[in-house]
Amino acid sequence: MQDRPDYLKQTPSQTAGPYLHIGATPRQAGLDWPHADLGASMISDETRGERITITGCVHDGMEAPLTDALIEIWQADADGIHPGRGDPRGAGDPFFTGFGRCAADAQTGEFRVETIRPGPVPAPGGTQRPGGTLMAPHISFWIVARGINLGLHTRMYFPQDDLSDDPVLARIEHRARIATLIAQELAPGAYRFEIFLQGPRETVFFDI
Amino acid sequence: MSFTERDTTRHPPALTPAYKSSLLRSPQKPLVALPATLSELTGPVFGHEIIGPHDADLTINHARPSHSAIGPRIIVHGRILDEDGRGVPDALIEIWQANAGGRYRHKRDGYLAPLDPDFGGCGRTISDEQGAYAFRSIQPGPYPWPNRANDWRPAHIHFSVFGHAFAQRLITQMYFAGDPLIGLCPIVNTIPDPQAIDSLTARLDMRATQPMDAIAWRFDIVLRGRRATFFENRPEGT
Ligand SMILES: [Fe+3]
Repeated sequence: MQDRPDYLKQTPSQTAGPYLHIGATPRQAGLDWPHADLGASMISDETRGERITITGCVHDGMEAPLTDALIEIWQADADGIHPGRGDPRGAGDPFFTGFGRCAADAQTGEFRVETIRPGPVPAPGGTQRPGGTLMAPHISFWIVARGINLGLHTRMYFPQDDLSDDPVLARIEHRARIATLIAQELAPGAYRFEIFLQGPRETVFFDI
Repeated sequence: MSFTERDTTRHPPALTPAYKSSLLRSPQKPLVALPATLSELTGPVFGHEIIGPHDADLTINHARPSHSAIGPRIIVHGRILDEDGRGVPDALIEIWQANAGGRYRHKRDGYLAPLDPDFGGCGRTISDEQGAYAFRSIQPGPYPWPNRANDWRPAHIHFSVFGHAFAQRLITQMYFAGDPLIGLCPIVNTIPDPQAIDSLTARLDMRATQPMDAIAWRFDIVLRGRRATFFENRPEGT
């Protein structure tokens, strides 16, 4: 880290702890809260694109499921444009939020998200150039839980896509570890994504 | 466009043995460095219209009519800033906390202290054009937790902040200046730098304190800043 005396210093992260559901998914936590949980629903009938479901589990170093984890996902729409803020190509599908949040099931640790399959997203530098490099379709994940001091970023890719030219996956030196980022297709449109925090199957996490 | 790198001298490392839950939940392999792509530089927008009239007032947002939560009444306010000191407008701030006795309204919290029927412990707001935010609440109590034989959390409020990009996502905790439990807490001490710990400690703010009503605490949050950069397409580690 360069020394930048004129700058404010970043606020440090702290674990989300075991009770984060009160703040993140109050309805699911059983609170009488006047709003639907944020990120609980990403799509509506008008949303463009192929419907998919993603289920999975976050596992600890003993491969036991975390029953107190929270996952957040962020993704492009069917055309590869991010809804919300920051995409130079426009606002994307107005009927797609791009943002999902799901608390792990308190008994099984399973999360489940209903969304659409994202389109490919231009790699940095590729936005202004027609035919510029594309990243393979992917969904960004952020994982927080008790025992995780700094939220973990990873990505889910799709098994049927050609991933050989993806510039992000190209950064992973240990090629065998790329498999940890590829979901399994259980049935058409039904994907399974297992996340391992440590151990021989440890998922690739990104410093973004 | 990219973000300044995550300041690893400020954040806790993944593995912090005195905080036992980290033992099996910390990645053991190094993170793969990834210059921010559009997937990290973008983020969801949460409009002010999602905020209900009492969402930021925890003294009443779970209370029965004409009741309010038990405990010392407080205001927690501050600004969401980037590293250049610019306010971050339209940031979503969500908080959760224990009640005045140190008990959470959560099925996994079995602490002896009673629940308060008029306190839920959940609040949210969106920062204004200057990045400012404010909550009303009650002072949370300290509570014991299973870690070593006799560990107690200092009084704290959990904060979740959405800035403008997925790369800015942050969850942290706010402490109260002067709490003697801060220095003893293994979760606080996952942060190696005492100055970084100090930045999580809210300051008493008499100017914003409302006479005969609520004591104010000031807590600013600094998110990663943006910077111009060029993507270098090179393999990890080179
Ligand atoms: Fe807590």
